[in-house]
Amino acid sequence: MSEPVTFHFDVEGDNFASAGEASVSIKKILRQLNIDPETIRKVSIAMYEGEINMVIHANGGSADVLIFPDKIRIILEDTGPGIADISLAMQEGWSTAKENVRNLGFGAGMGLPNMKKYTDKMDIESELGKGTKVTMEVFIQ
Amino acid sequence: MKIKEIVSILDADILCGEEHLENEVHSACGADMMSDVLAFVKEQAVLLTGLINPQVVRTAEMMDMRCIVFVRGKTPPQEVIELAKETGLVLLASKERMYPACGKLYATGLSGGGTV
Repeated sequence: MSEPVTFHFDVEGDNFASAGEASVSIKKILRQLNIDPETIRKVSIAMYEGEINMVIHANGGSADVLIFPDKIRIILEDTGPGIADISLAMQEGWSTAKENVRNLGFGAGMGLPNMKKYTDKMDIESELGKGTKVTMEVFIQ
Repeated sequence: MKIKEIVSILDADILCGEEHLENEVHSACGADMMSDVLAFVKEQAVLLTGLINPQVVRTAEMMDMRCIVFVRGKTPPQEVIELAKETGLVLLASKERMYPACGKLYATGLSGGGTV
């Protein structure tokens, strides 16, 4: 299989205003690569939710995007508090976000469910006190 | 519906994107929770919201939306308007509250994009 094209982003943790910039960049890159719109949409939404999650819960982290001929892999990694109960976190509406985050339009407990909904594969590795790694894949149509 | 019709129906001010007023939109969504927008909305939609932070523009961009209407007389800070200009979004500001703003658009045939 040919080598993927890779992109790396650092996601700032203390700046909610800039949250989502990595996703915006990837969306532009995928457009330039003539990836089909539905795939771009799925990658953009899933990555954006993931980025917001890292800003809200983990004081930032890193985002790596690997573009293969047949799929796009997104790896989001942080050194935040970790997720205590992943199956609970996957339930729609379950959230530990604070009131200030909700006032900004997030923290409705839809982030992880949305990420799963818009990707073809999703894997979460998380350890309390160590951090979380979310790997998602979207198959190119 | 053309975006310029929304301007007229909601008696809205145009904050940016005047060159896109002839563009067509096919559905609309009223929400202050961006995660709900990300979960349920289809493309080419209009977003009506009372939130005015940069994530509203980013959410709209991720969803390939064309227009945001800020309701309840709210106007976003200049940095948010600049962000929208970069992405080619139309930003409108209306003094209508959320419920009547949505109702007026719905009554003229702009759909809600179906049930969940």
